[in-house]
Amino acid sequence: MSGPGIAAVAAQVAVVTAGAPLLAGLMRQVRARLEGRAGAGIAQPWRDLRKLLRKEPITPVGTGPAFRAAPALLVATTAVTAALVPFLSTDTPVGRNADVILVVALLALGTVALALAGLDSGTAFGGMGASREMTIAALVEPTILLAVFALSIPARSTNLPAIVAGAVEQPARLASPAGLLATAALAVAVLAETGRLPVDNPATHLELTMVHEAMVLEYAGPDLALVELGAQMRLTVLLGLLTSVFAPWGIATGPSWAALAVALAVFVAKTALLGAALAAGEVFWAKLRLFRVPELLAGSFLLALLAVTASYFLSGE
Amino acid sequence: MRSLSAPREITDIGPGELAHRAGALLREGHRLALVAAHHDDEGAPGGRAVRVVYLFVAGPPDVRTELHVRLDPEHPEVPSLAPLSFPAGRFEREMRDLHGVVPLDHPLPRRLVRHFHWPKGWYPMCPDAGPPPEFGEPEGPYPFLEVEGDGVYEIPVGPVHAGLIEPGHFRFSVVGETILKLKARLWFVHKGIEKLFQGRDLAGGLALAERISGDTAVGHALAYCLAVEEAVGIRAPRAAQRARALLLELERLHNHVADLGALCNDVGHSVLNSQALRVRETLLRLNQQVTGHRLLRGAVLPGGARLRAVPEPARMRAIRNDIREIADLALGHGGVRDRFTGTARLPAQAARDLGCLGCVARASGLPADARTDHPFHEEAAPPAVPVHSAGDVLARFLVRAEEIDASVDVIVHLSAGLHPGLSVHDPYPGGARPAGSGVGIVEGWRGAITTRAEVAVDGTLTRVKPVDPSFFNWPALPVALADTIVPDFPLTNKSFNLSYAGNDL
Repeated sequence: MSGPGIAAVAAQVAVVTAGAPLLAGLMRQVRARLEGRAGAGIAQPWRDLRKLLRKEPITPVGTGPAFRAAPALLVATTAVTAALVPFLSTDTPVGRNADVILVVALLALGTVALALAGLDSGTAFGGMGASREMTIAALVEPTILLAVFALSIPARSTNLPAIVAGAVEQPARLASPAGLLATAALAVAVLAETGRLPVDNPATHLELTMVHEAMVLEYAGPDLALVELGAQMRLTVLLGLLTSVFAPWGIATGPSWAALAVALAVFVAKTALLGAALAAGEVFWAKLRLFRVPELLAGSFLLALLAVTASYFLSGE
Repeated sequence: MRSLSAPREITDIGPGELAHRAGALLREGHRLALVAAHHDDEGAPGGRAVRVVYLFVAGPPDVRTELHVRLDPEHPEVPSLAPLSFPAGRFEREMRDLHGVVPLDHPLPRRLVRHFHWPKGWYPMCPDAGPPPEFGEPEGPYPFLEVEGDGVYEIPVGPVHAGLIEPGHFRFSVVGETILKLKARLWFVHKGIEKLFQGRDLAGGLALAERISGDTAVGHALAYCLAVEEAVGIRAPRAAQRARALLLELERLHNHVADLGALCNDVGHSVLNSQALRVRETLLRLNQQVTGHRLLRGAVLPGGARLRAVPEPARMRAIRNDIREIADLALGHGGVRDRFTGTARLPAQAARDLGCLGCVARASGLPADARTDHPFHEEAAPPAVPVHSAGDVLARFLVRAEEIDASVDVIVHLSAGLHPGLSVHDPYPGGARPAGSGVGIVEGWRGAITTRAEVAVDGTLTRVKPVDPSFFNWPALPVALADTIVPDFPLTNKSFNLSYAGNDL
């Protein structure tokens, strides 16, 4: 147990929780500026959360434990994921448990909790959103697993810190066909998992086209604040995962305070850059027809599968 | 007194002849443009009666034929024309709900305007109806048709929606994501406009007509003005007719641009919406310069028109090029085009059977356009009206984009002979106040608006019946949506962009 290791875990959770609304604000601001609007400012999501947290809690009549537990569960699973994934350091006390399968399972747990809450609300929209979310999740989770597996083959481990530490030492792994294919697959999966264009439109007010928003329509007040925060944290975690796995430079590999400070600055910069790039890309995309989404996700799954195959054959086994 | 259109041919017939006469007119290519009931008192030429007016129109050449049927005022009953014409069936249901005129043997005798809580036996358009009573004993159940089967579920949407749109309730019966049946229940914003017209003078009626549907101020005001001008037997000066044609195209422009942007926004491509809204804002400011009002109110008057400025041709061409670029970017975007193509097809036969009008009809291959069918000014129509036959969202997008081009050409052409200022003829020259009736037909940006007005000798309006094209087009929306998926509904609805206020009156 090293001091910097414990500090790294604490800093990861803190920076993801505090930074997630800022990342969402940054992405909205980039989009607004590119569309010629002034935008509400980067801190607007935080102001929204503060507003929601001050409201009285309201639960719809007839909802059960699934509806009440989901927001907390969503935030909790995402916070645990933020502690596990090596955003700042590969040398942390929880590093040994940071298995890829565990991380994907934690994210899936949050998704399922929200889908159950959507069903629990008993409205047509909750059920419709849950059904759509599960359709997408069923295609996304295997893709994330496979894409990271492709990188785990050269590292000979499904442990995320081991994969990242290996990539820091041997950057050539990332430039291999397997690494590039896996990057592409994971990028598409992250778009779908976080409900961004072209899969879902986070800015829409059209309730019939919603996926994620339709599930959470019945939430209000502090519960809605948690759901929003959870969604923003998931976006940050998944973008952070993408940067950590495919651009691991700057992540501390030993118990050094200086390296940790550098890692923190680099992580914030990388994630903000990726988020801004995603927001800029979204300006030029249109939303896919819902029935086309499985085609896109099947394509990304295929890329991940190719990445695993390439990784297996090209690693000379 | 008409410059272009033939006078109306008015025939008084008995209820027994109605089906025969109406059938003959429909077979000759007329369409039923309007049905209006009138409660005549003892002083009327035919004595006390419920007089139902059926207006049939055809064009070109402009032909307008009215059938007047007098009914027993105590028990008004009229043979239904629903088997001959779908719009007739809807007009009859509206008439039953508002006037208590019973259509005999109607195949679908359900309520149309009356909501569940309307008091039983209260017909607001009757002369003795009085003010609206408290919500009272409901008139029986008002159920939705339930679709049954494995995995079928219902999605109720509205009447309060998430966006800034008007109220309407939509009940989807869905299996998976595919729409089996959609029922749209409207008339949440029934304001009693027809009743509000009664007893107003011509200027007071104009203010109301401009507000029937806020986005169609010129269309409804112009149809109203043409109707009352015919009723009192005057004609607006030629310069005023020219100015009116120009204003009508300005209104088409700012609405169509907003629609192009909104269609892009509904498929998540919001940057084009931002650009379209920018162009719309320049158009609204131009409207402000031309008329003193951003939505073009106050420019069309009974007897004439008033322009504060005339749009410059160079500026109009610049705006057109701007819009063209936006439309081309949308059509060149693979994702946007994919979402538009083949979505919610309205077959030409269905559009014809339902009596669709305007850009919805023209996107399904029906070249109906009141600018050529019922012209009030010979240069008001573009040389060619854009028509597409696919009937999908893409066709409705293309028709709008091409209509913008054509409208700018018309504006540039018309503005050449126009000067700012008031051009108006006194509705009552020499103080004489003749009574009479008149009809105005105008191609608003949604389609043909028909207004029929009756004016009394004291110069007040006794009855005004406006018909917005949305009344004809609303039934087409569920037809186009059959076998479409639920997430495509907002896009389809936007591609129709029908008026709730204009439909509900």
